[in-house]
Amino acid sequence: MIDPSFIGFRLPVHTQLVEAGRLRFFAQAIGETNPVYLDEDAARAAGWRSLPVPPTFLFCLDMERDNPYDYMDTLGIELGKVLHGEQHFSYHQVACAGDRLTFDSRITDIYQKKAGAMEFVVRETAVFRETGKQEPNRLADLRSIIIIRHR
Amino acid sequence: MRPDVDTTSVKVGDEIPPLSTPPISRLTLALYAGASGDHNPIHVDLDFARYHGMDDVFAHGMLASAYLGRMLTNWLPQDALVSFGMRFVAISHVHDELSCSGKITERFEEAGEQRARLELSVVNQHGETKVVGDAVVRLEP
Repeated sequence: MIDPSFIGFRLPVHTQLVEAGRLRFFAQAIGETNPVYLDEDAARAAGWRSLPVPPTFLFCLDMERDNPYDYMDTLGIELGKVLHGEQHFSYHQVACAGDRLTFDSRITDIYQKKAGAMEFVVRETAVFRETGKQEPNRLADLRSIIIIRHR
Repeated sequence: MRPDVDTTSVKVGDEIPPLSTPPISRLTLALYAGASGDHNPIHVDLDFARYHGMDDVFAHGMLASAYLGRMLTNWLPQDALVSFGMRFVAISHVHDELSCSGKITERFEEAGEQRARLELSVVNQHGETKVVGDAVVRLEP
């Protein structure tokens, strides 16, 4: 059983540079056909600073930290037993290629169902965009629920 | 950037343009693993998947989410998106053909904006629901 005292555990904060080539690779991998996500000229013509970061890619950028499964290791969770249960995004602005984004995550809940056959870990992540000004810009909030299957 | 589609007439019950995707192949999963940065072997390494009691590798939940995202941003520019959530109700398997749909369930005013709530779903070619979700979009400045 996962130790519930990990509720409140804060993961190491990390910052990622959004790379245009990586956004294009992601767009291709998901079969994207909208030129705004593939072609920087099309993106700029549509009013974006550069290629926009598509809605779910913030989740991927958060996985660019040194070990994306770090909190599972810390909590003693075996990766092969993990399923993604839910994912939620609240957006305050859209990130674009060239942005530097900072991710700050906490474990906010741990609970179980079916007499412990399934355990759930909730993680909330605040994403900030570096602007060069003192106050970082809140870009988005993510909430992720993983399920640990026990047989 | 404002929606370049006319959203003034959007009403409860309207469906947004759906999105169909080709069958998920092992290549789809390999490319998604690389592009997303989610290298969990359960999605690409059959030996690992079997060791953990699965019959085969299976799709990342976030692949289906990315398809939902494509549907939404095909409909409206991305800055119209206020929130986007999804629950993975069943595993998507290799050879599944996922189709995304979205329906307006509510129109309301919030933060001085006209907004709409959508109910989203991803089903496979057999009509099995894989993902259910919701989104809130701003319709007018």
